[in-house]
Amino acid sequence: MKKYLGPLSKDNPILVQTLGVCSALAVTAQLKPAVVMALSVTVVCAFSNLIISLIRNTIPPRIRIIVQLLIVSFWVVLVDLLLQAYFYEISKMLSVFVGLIITNCIIMGRLEAFALSHKPWPSLVDGVMNGLGYGMVLIIVAFFRELLGSGTLWNHQVIPNAFYHAGYLNNGLMILPPMALILVGVMIWIKGIKNSKL
Amino acid sequence: MSEIFNIFIRSVFIDNMVFAYFLGMCSYLAVSKSVKTASGLGLAVCFVLAITVPVNYLIDKYLLQPGALSWLGSSFAQVDLSFLSLIIFIAVIAGMVQLLEMVIERYMPALYMALGIFLPLIAVNCAILGGSLFMQEKNFPTVSHSFSYAIGSGLGWLLAITAMAAIRERLKYSNIPEPLRGNGIAYIITGLMGLGFMAFLGI
Repeated sequence: MKKYLGPLSKDNPILVQTLGVCSALAVTAQLKPAVVMALSVTVVCAFSNLIISLIRNTIPPRIRIIVQLLIVSFWVVLVDLLLQAYFYEISKMLSVFVGLIITNCIIMGRLEAFALSHKPWPSLVDGVMNGLGYGMVLIIVAFFRELLGSGTLWNHQVIPNAFYHAGYLNNGLMILPPMALILVGVMIWIKGIKNSKL
Repeated sequence: MSEIFNIFIRSVFIDNMVFAYFLGMCSYLAVSKSVKTASGLGLAVCFVLAITVPVNYLIDKYLLQPGALSWLGSSFAQVDLSFLSLIIFIAVIAGMVQLLEMVIERYMPALYMALGIFLPLIAVNCAILGGSLFMQEKNFPTVSHSFSYAIGSGLGWLLAITAMAAIRERLKYSNIPEPLRGNGIAYIITGLMGLGFMAFLGI
């Protein structure tokens, strides 16, 4: 059990292994797209892991990268079409970043490191856990960026109007893309302090 | 002509792959420890982008877009294959990288030695697939537009990773708080560089 919980803290894919940063940061200006992105990556990661694990004994090692890419892109196309059908606005907001899940290093990394050498059931759990570890960071970053940048959460205003009358201003800097990087840097810092105390 | 030049400048400085869209961050953070390897990887990315984006542009325009097949006859005008674009793009990229590796090894051994192990790794670099996807979204009118976009994004990526590697070489001698060393400070510096690049927005 402990092995599977690793991605949530000790082995977090973004904070510790610096994988999958590419698509993680661009979608975190607001909470809603971040949650959708986190769910999509969890689904793709879990099911690609499951399928690769099911056929792991029949893949010739020389062409395994192409097989993996094809299976991952199958799931990504499925997720992309579902998002376009049921959440059209969010899918417009995420634009190319849904497609970029294919080259998300977390998924390729888990396929290589775990699914190729484990049974289907543990692979599925491992995929879900890594997706959640990734999603956790996304949601934390998006929470602070939306709260401080636009004064809203999930598109509802949370900072009372009285604050604005008293002279409170939204921090426009938080909306800019580079702030996502700085926030993740600070998260790594906090994590580093916590780990060195242990 | 000036439009093509504009696209080039825009994709190097304003829509920089790393600072504006965070594409290719994984290899950007992992390989930016020395200027030499960083510029090698940057060159390879530039090279692969310049080839795959125009190829994907042609495939998208003449095979995949809604109505793209109309050159086959009017009965094909309704066909919309755009749902295949993700799979086709990644297959083209993986195939092209493999092909390039063989061609370079055969005809340009010096360049092959310089790029080394980076070429095969590029197939899973988000900047490459991202280049093709943005190309599709921007809907360029001709191939030369997409080519100048590809070269520009590649150069922008090269610029970003080389600058980062140069800064990180200096960082070895600075006194950074213990828990922030390594990746933490790398993220924060990238963020600050991104804020600096925002100054180009006015051009």
